[in-house]
Amino acid sequence: MARYLLTRAWQSALTLLLSTIVVFVGVRALPGDPALALAGEDRSPEALEAIRRHYGLDQPLPVQFAQYVERMAQGDFGVSIRTGTPVSSMLTTALPVTVELSVLAILIAAALGVGAGVLAAVRRGRPAEWLANGLALIGLSVPHFWLGLLAILYLSVATGLFPASGFVPILEDPVDNLHHIVLPAVILGTGLAAIIMRQTRSAMLDSLSSDYVRTAKAKGLRPRAVITRHALRNSLIVVVTVVGLQLGGLISGAVVTEQIFGLPGFGKMTIDAVFQRDYPVIQAVVLLTAAAYIVINFFVDLLYSVIDPRIRVTGDPA
Amino acid sequence: MTVLTVPMAETGAASITRRTRVLRRLRRNPLAVVSFVVLALAGVIALLSPWLAPYSVDQTDFARTFAPPGTAGHLLGTDDLGRDVLSRIMLGARASLQVGLLAVATSLVIGVPLGLAAGYFRAWDAVISRFTDLLLAFPFLIMAVGLAAIRGASLGNAAVAIGIAQIPGVIRVVRSDTLRLKSLDFVAAAVVDGASDLWVLARHILPNATSVILVQATVAIPAAILGEAVLSFLGLGIQPPAPSLGTMLATAQQFAARAPWAAVFPGVVIMGLALAFNVFGDALRDALDPKGDRR
Repeated sequence: MARYLLTRAWQSALTLLLSTIVVFVGVRALPGDPALALAGEDRSPEALEAIRRHYGLDQPLPVQFAQYVERMAQGDFGVSIRTGTPVSSMLTTALPVTVELSVLAILIAAALGVGAGVLAAVRRGRPAEWLANGLALIGLSVPHFWLGLLAILYLSVATGLFPASGFVPILEDPVDNLHHIVLPAVILGTGLAAIIMRQTRSAMLDSLSSDYVRTAKAKGLRPRAVITRHALRNSLIVVVTVVGLQLGGLISGAVVTEQIFGLPGFGKMTIDAVFQRDYPVIQAVVLLTAAAYIVINFFVDLLYSVIDPRIRVTGDPA
Repeated sequence: MTVLTVPMAETGAASITRRTRVLRRLRRNPLAVVSFVVLALAGVIALLSPWLAPYSVDQTDFARTFAPPGTAGHLLGTDDLGRDVLSRIMLGARASLQVGLLAVATSLVIGVPLGLAAGYFRAWDAVISRFTDLLLAFPFLIMAVGLAAIRGASLGNAAVAIGIAQIPGVIRVVRSDTLRLKSLDFVAAAVVDGASDLWVLARHILPNATSVILVQATVAIPAAILGEAVLSFLGLGIQPPAPSLGTMLATAQQFAARAPWAAVFPGVVIMGLALAFNVFGDALRDALDPKGDRR
């Protein structure tokens, strides 16, 4: 276990370093002088000189990289060209929205996906299975942003059941907060639910035909008990695996969902930054996404090895 | 020569009967037939759309903006500039398929050799795994954001961003199939026979890995089509006025309450294309499954 942990930690650290290099090089590949990009409106020679000195742009590249890592580690992502506020404070307001949206979407997807997956496996060859399979295929194929658009059009605008856009912080009014975020979370969760359903179904089919389930049935355990006991453990593994693998898709999905529902999160900040050529913000977004992905996946692997002890032995999360 | 008959078992005559068996299974699956017909039709329409489309995509008609579906001459209605929705959908679908194929081609060209190398040469495995981890850390949308910042938004950059994001998936399936094939007798026989690594990879492993690559491609294309729609919707992909299903939805969003059809049809087409690929991909995987009719 300790060995596996160490290997994974070292691999994650290496990937983190590599992705920082990629972003560092990427920033230097931006069109034009980076000092010019960082300067924004004030492009006087003195201002440019000050920026070059502040960001060490007059130093050799390895020194620049070391300084860069130091600044990022301290949370100094520079100042937004557009708003003039530090990128770090923009992140502090935007991130909670995205985290709440994503966590809620994962919960909804897990509930729907596991439920439908178990149902499809148990009711094999019956209409319930076809329905669940069909819905999963549609969930995989439907563009969520379009689903969001239709939801706004037919649920929010037409009936007024949900607000069409906007956001209320959870600390200000938890009920209103949920009212604003539940529809976007359902939309974001659909794709994930479809993947979880398909994986749950096949994991359930495998375990239902396995020897230990046959033994459990032979012992006289009620079918319901067999299903719940084995389904629960297996589906936990499925959900953790799928969330780990689909994290990238989830982040991409959150960006689009926020854009459609006008949620002031990480995604909206990203898209606005691209169109306003707000390079410090883009840089922070790309770097932080990579870091978050690497760190979360490290913890997913840890969790995985806790749920499924076989992983610790082989060291290879399949 | 007796040694050589072993390798032929999986590369020669046997694969022909296997191919006919797979095709027969596909033909017997109604979902496979329907999805294939849909895809073939979509392909033909996309190829011929510049000639088939009833109107030019940027032909505006300000006397007839927001014409509802069924209006004479405009089967699916018109948009805010009086442009024919059907014509724009046809050319938009063409662009979607283009991006889908381009992205998947990008991921295969880079991913297949890396997957083969990772599975075949032990020393390369760790290095390629780190490369895969690195790629995974940048979700396609974030990759597209970075590319758009550096090189500007375009159809090509969208396809490249999606393709790069799909490389890890290709590496994973090709690597594990290479590991499986490497342990089989016919590969060992070829090695004993003095075949070089490159020869073994090109003649014995790659041909036998085509089925997993094919399945991977059929699930990657719909993902790429959805990805293109997302990027174009956000303005990071195909740039207006060029028709794209994603940009059509972005403009339609602004007047969705007034002309809902403009927001409905492009989405239905994106979903239809992706669904057809996904259904066909499922059927193909089942047909290729040596375990037979287990679904």
